Amino acid sequence: MLTLECPYCGVTAEETELAPGYEAHLKRFGPGSTDEQFNDYMFARKNPKGVHFERWRHAYGCGKWFLAARCTATLEVFGTYPAQVGAPPEDIIAKIKARRPEWVME
Amino acid sequence: MSTRLAKGGRLIDRTTKLEFSFNGKRLTGHPGDTLASALLANDQMLVGRSFKYHRPRGIVAAGPEEPNALVNLGTGARHEPNQRVTTTELFDGLEATSQNHWPSLEFDVGAINNKLSRFLPAGFYYKTFLFPRAFWKHVFEPIIRKSAGLGKAPKDRDADRYEQAYAFCDLLIAGGGLAGLQAALIAGQAGLRVIVMEQAAHWGGRAPVDGVLVDGVPAGDWVEATLSALAKMENVTLRARCMVAGVYDHGYVLADERVADHTPGDGRPKHRLWRIRAGRILAATGAIERPLAFAGNDVPGVMLAASARDFVVNFGISPGDRTVVVTNNDDAYLTAIALKQAGLDVAAIVDARDNPTGPGVDKARALGLRVASGKAVAKVKGGKRVVGVALCAQAGEGTATEELPCEAVAMSGGWSPVVHLWSHCGGKLLWDESLSCFRPDAARPPLNHDGSAMVLALGAANGHFLAGDVLADASQVAAEAVKLAGKAPGHGAKVATNPLEGATMAPVWVMPQGAPVKLRSKMWLDYQNDVKVSDVQLAAREGYVSVEHTKRYTTLGMATDQGKLSNINGLAILADSLNIAIPEVGTTTFRPPYAPVTLGALAGESRGTIFQPVRQTPMHGWHEGQGAYLEPVGLWRRPFCYPRSGENHEQAVHREILNTRDNVGLLDASTLGKILVKGPDAGRFLDMLYTNVMSSLPVGKCRYGLMCNEQGFLSDDGVVVRLAEDTWLCHTTSGGADRIHGWMEDWLQCEWWDWQVYTANVTEEYAQIAVAGPKARMLLERLGGMDVSAESFPFMTMKEGTLAGLPVRAYRISFSGELSYELAVPAGHGLALWEALVREGAALGVMPYGTEAMHIMRAEKGFIMIGDESDGTVIPQDLNLDWAISKKKADYLGKRGQERNHLVNPDRWKLVGLETLDGSVIPDGAYAAAEGVNANGQRNVEGRVTSTYYSPTLKRGIAMGLVKGGMARLGESVTFPKVGGGQVVARIVDPVFYDKEGAKQNV
Ligand SMILES: [Zn+2]
Repeated sequence: MLTLECPYCGVTAEETELAPGYEAHLKRFGPGSTDEQFNDYMFARKNPKGVHFERWRHAYGCGKWFLAARCTATLEVFGTYPAQVGAPPEDIIAKIKARRPEWVME
Repeated sequence: MSTRLAKGGRLIDRTTKLEFSFNGKRLTGHPGDTLASALLANDQMLVGRSFKYHRPRGIVAAGPEEPNALVNLGTGARHEPNQRVTTTELFDGLEATSQNHWPSLEFDVGAINNKLSRFLPAGFYYKTFLFPRAFWKHVFEPIIRKSAGLGKAPKDRDADRYEQAYAFCDLLIAGGGLAGLQAALIAGQAGLRVIVMEQAAHWGGRAPVDGVLVDGVPAGDWVEATLSALAKMENVTLRARCMVAGVYDHGYVLADERVADHTPGDGRPKHRLWRIRAGRILAATGAIERPLAFAGNDVPGVMLAASARDFVVNFGISPGDRTVVVTNNDDAYLTAIALKQAGLDVAAIVDARDNPTGPGVDKARALGLRVASGKAVAKVKGGKRVVGVALCAQAGEGTATEELPCEAVAMSGGWSPVVHLWSHCGGKLLWDESLSCFRPDAARPPLNHDGSAMVLALGAANGHFLAGDVLADASQVAAEAVKLAGKAPGHGAKVATNPLEGATMAPVWVMPQGAPVKLRSKMWLDYQNDVKVSDVQLAAREGYVSVEHTKRYTTLGMATDQGKLSNINGLAILADSLNIAIPEVGTTTFRPPYAPVTLGALAGESRGTIFQPVRQTPMHGWHEGQGAYLEPVGLWRRPFCYPRSGENHEQAVHREILNTRDNVGLLDASTLGKILVKGPDAGRFLDMLYTNVMSSLPVGKCRYGLMCNEQGFLSDDGVVVRLAEDTWLCHTTSGGADRIHGWMEDWLQCEWWDWQVYTANVTEEYAQIAVAGPKARMLLERLGGMDVSAESFPFMTMKEGTLAGLPVRAYRISFSGELSYELAVPAGHGLALWEALVREGAALGVMPYGTEAMHIMRAEKGFIMIGDESDGTVIPQDLNLDWAISKKKADYLGKRGQERNHLVNPDRWKLVGLETLDGSVIPDGAYAAAEGVNANGQRNVEGRVTSTYYSPTLKRGIAMGLVKGGMARLGESVTFPKVGGGQVVARIVDPVFYDKEGAKQNV
């Protein structure tokens, strides 16, 4: 049972308070996209063993969606941040690099 | 025979007697006894039968690792199967019966399996799967079902209650032995919030039994002093009888406290399940002794050496007048010494090592005990109890050199650290060559959220088996944990000494080393599941190389004890058979719980009426008062129908429908989801969410809308009302409100976060009542306060005003096909409005109707129902809902998904109405058969039924279904075979069965 800090209300929330929402920073492909683009957007989600960016909702708290950078293998949490960004912020990247010097953003 | 010694037993109170029964036999014991010690005091050495061969089995251990001695405890509503006698505290009136035998423990027919053991080798179950199916079904399965299963499942409702509690701490210490208590002192004095949990009823672990001195005083005295020191610290909590069952992510811990197992019926909860969030966890969980693999090591009377010592020292039990101690290490010498000091005979200490030396050996020899070095047990003599052992050379093949008569055998194959809590979240192990055990690899601990070690192991759990090392390790690890928490460590005891400082061991996995198959097939590894050395070797010969596969093939370690005794021995045998090193074989995965936790504790108070929260509408009490039959809809309870006396449910539903069609009916529609969407960009947002256009809806008008997921599949539907220029109210299905609200927020927060839109789920703010039927308008006129005429209040519009003096928002929408108004009032007025409608409607023949009448009426009208006509694989186009899909919009959620080639395929099954030729009702879920068979030889199908009912309005069976070709096949017949034979033929018709023109709803 994970604990994640909600970046909006500052609560360190139990996993039972949260709802998971798969991969973060997805780019939506709508009408006009190719079959391949749509397939990648819809179905080819990342599932790395290691550093991963995920969407979580503080569902039984403030109700806000936020993003989390964590390691799926060790369950380390590098940080959480608001969902209104297209890519992980610099300070989160720095925190990941501090513990995973070999890691590179895909 | 086993018996009670005339004196001794540090945990029992000899001045008081407790009565208990075993298989109906009345026996006595003392307070402080476990059921195990009390049974042994009464010479009850045979306590059960093994799982597969029904071999006679006795008590092997003295703690939770016990694999054999499982009993049914209690009767009736307090009956519990598979209780370990070694962890069951004796109480007055305890009733236990043995398990897994028929007709009796002493004479068991199933023991024939023992004689057939040649035919029931490893992988027996899997091999029989290869037989013809009929043979399995009629021959093997009945036999296995009859003989498998240990205890009997309770039949009555549990008379006890269970509770759950939460706790938070900086440091959770699992284990209240020497290491755990030392760590508690150091962390407690440092000011950390500490919880110490000990699974046993008493503290101190092995140290007081083994003659350890702490700072010069006997360990028992140090334990007492330490407990009272810790009890004075406000930041330290001590809990005995509390087993840490599992360690989970980020310091989450489950622990099972056996509050009243030993005081049944005293009003306290039987168990308390602790859900703890710990900053860090110290695993001071000790070690478990391993058996030795020699022929007949499962005969009652053979037990672990340290457990035999526990019985002597803690409970004053003699395991037998004459014991043979067999060992590969020094620790078992303590048992021989304890037995001798209790006045019992030790026939010999059979030591597999060629030339054992050390303090244990010296002390044993000084006491005049015979040490037979380089020797092994060739065979244990006896059936239901030990009568003697045959000795042989450990280096040989088992030729007996002498026989020693004895009543008990105390064996020690070395110790395995209890690494479960370390391993639950991925802590890695390393193989310790000198101790022949896996122990925690401190460099690879399970991690906390911040990347620091979440669990630290200490003492015996960390591979330090001698008291001096245990204390030193505990001090160091506890100090490390305190420093990680940013505090300065306190002080514990300075030094501990063990009578066996300098003790050693030699790995011995099979005894004797060159044992032939005849002996190896009598060497038990897993006592409970009857897995022998020969089974693991067979698995290796048959090509199993992975330890996880071998485990499942042989069932090694799969019993209720989860391999606490057997796993390392099994791994060693497998490694030897594969000719690789033990660490290359690795271990199986350690999963929580450490030992079984009763389901009652996991359920806690969640049973009966408080199993889950129930949502009730403001009119719920009225429905109950009318004797409504309620059905669950999500967490809601909704009236299915309102049966009158003498009516069954079907009759009630039909009456409710006909009355609504003829007069007027009331439906409690409060559960309908209601989500407010407001803001400058609300219209634009709803145009993305719904398949049709909502931004163009005039204020005061209603429009039916569909929502799809991004794959294009239909997700929810409902009527949208524009309340104001910038405000829409979206109705969702009863079960969909929370999901759809979350869906809206997802898109608003994560994709279109710059759009100015607010949403609010106001489902429970309003009670909603559908007033439907030809007399609906008359009824509202009787309430008074609002012009509800057709001219001023046309179909698909909304009006705010007053009815019966209550503030009402009314919608002219219809799900029944009748003239219909849905009235929303603030929830607090819901009952008043409902009662006013009932009162004023009496003269008009008003009746409430339930969800089933609603379902049938909508089916008569050909309206789809989310979850019936849709199932996550259906797009709106499949349901002929193209009219509700905008062709003009460039984008909406699901539009791109619906363009995928398999979704635009003209061969997709599409919605049709189905009318049976004979008027009967098509069975629910029936498939329409087509010509020919598929690749699997199954009949081809061309459609399925999605809703099917008897229509009381039309007095015949009606249905909707998805059929290949859809409405293009109007007038054709399709055939639905019935389960159990026969078929129903139905004609494809328009799904709108009732009032096709809509004349009745639009008046
Ligand atoms: Zn929050």
